[in-house]
Amino acid sequence: MTFIYPTDSNKAHPLPLSPEYKSSIKRAPNKPLIPMRHTLSELTGPVYGHETVREGDNDLTTQHKGEPLGERIIVHGHVRDEDGRGVSNTLVEIWQANACGRYVHVRDQHPAPLDPNFTGAGRTLSDASGYYRFVSIKPGAYPWGNHHNAWRPAHIHLSVFGHSFVSRLVTQMYFPGDPLFPFDPIFNSVPDEKARMRMVSSFDLENTKPEWALCYRFDIVLRGKNATPMENH
Amino acid sequence: MQDSVKPEGITPSQTVGPFFKYGLTPTGDYAWNDAFTNSTLTPDVSGDRVRIEGRVLDGDGATVPDAMLEIWQADAQGRYADPQDRRALPNASFRGFARCGTDKDGNYSFDTIKPGALPDPDGKPQAPHIVLAVFARGMLRHLYTRIYFSDEAGNAADPVLALVPADRRTTLIAVREAGKAVYKLDLRLQGDNETVFFDV
Repeated sequence: MTFIYPTDSNKAHPLPLSPEYKSSIKRAPNKPLIPMRHTLSELTGPVYGHETVREGDNDLTTQHKGEPLGERIIVHGHVRDEDGRGVSNTLVEIWQANACGRYVHVRDQHPAPLDPNFTGAGRTLSDASGYYRFVSIKPGAYPWGNHHNAWRPAHIHLSVFGHSFVSRLVTQMYFPGDPLFPFDPIFNSVPDEKARMRMVSSFDLENTKPEWALCYRFDIVLRGKNATPMENH
Repeated sequence: MQDSVKPEGITPSQTVGPFFKYGLTPTGDYAWNDAFTNSTLTPDVSGDRVRIEGRVLDGDGATVPDAMLEIWQADAQGRYADPQDRRALPNASFRGFARCGTDKDGNYSFDTIKPGALPDPDGKPQAPHIVLAVFARGMLRHLYTRIYFSDEAGNAADPVLALVPADRRTTLIAVREAGKAVYKLDLRLQGDNETVFFDV
């Protein structure tokens, strides 16, 4: 079999069943996934441009009448493939809790206040070099019912498309030095420590704006094509 | 400027979680607009318009009210709306991608056109199919599967269906309702009649 996108890269991902994360127990397939050769259906993917993203959609602090409460942050970085090439013009969507750790979702019952000036959703397109940038506020940690005294480390959810349907990625960006890391079964579902640390952003003093916002860098690495020439396309 | 050092590996997947709706599938319920809907239809697209619908079920057979499904498909002539498909360009403004969150009863639906057959890497025909990605709380990484159509003779020679044990193939085949352009397919994440998922 010739894989254009090497499947070995998938070893960085969590296994479907991760019993410490209770919700995975009834939602992970019992049977092994069936390997298949990539065809045009897997090697292509949706192409969306600027018509999908409105001006200002990458600034979560200006979507309402007033400014949201919390620490203002800049989150930026590059979307790259695993060979280091920038992934241009790809859609990056984010969603997150507010500074108190509360989501606007109707089913979030955490007794922390909602912020009328913060929805927590944004989107942007990477530029020609793969660079993307958001302005937001730092999300709070929040409790959840997975086990006694379970708290999720602060995180921002990201959804990225890349250049094929097999490069699709949904992940979470964490903040450096979070004391909750050792106790979080979702973070620790990634078996390899180095891979796990690729989900942690780095504090970026150089791009922190004086008197305005802290900056975090988060580079996103998607699956990429290897050197095998594409066949019959 | 960033140097272009080869990264040490890809960014791992994490679950979409229970609270993605306001960001990814708000559908009018939140102060955020939808980037995508559950329809691929454009006014000018050619082909047979169909609806695909069903439920998402967990290992206990309970409905999953917080899943998100994404589809990617070719047009009625079997061409993808992506320049990486170097054959003739697809018709009209058809893009071939749609997204749907399940409702409180675990139901999903897509309005689309039936895709055409297209070649596999050896030039053999693949029966008309739609690629499907499934995301949900509890799923640390999304799952890939395919939707085929019950009224397609080409299924018998499809090279991907051929990889699947015969008694599991029905989990990939949406069944046409008599007299309607509606196909039904339930997705079972685990257990009896578990949907076939592919390692891609």
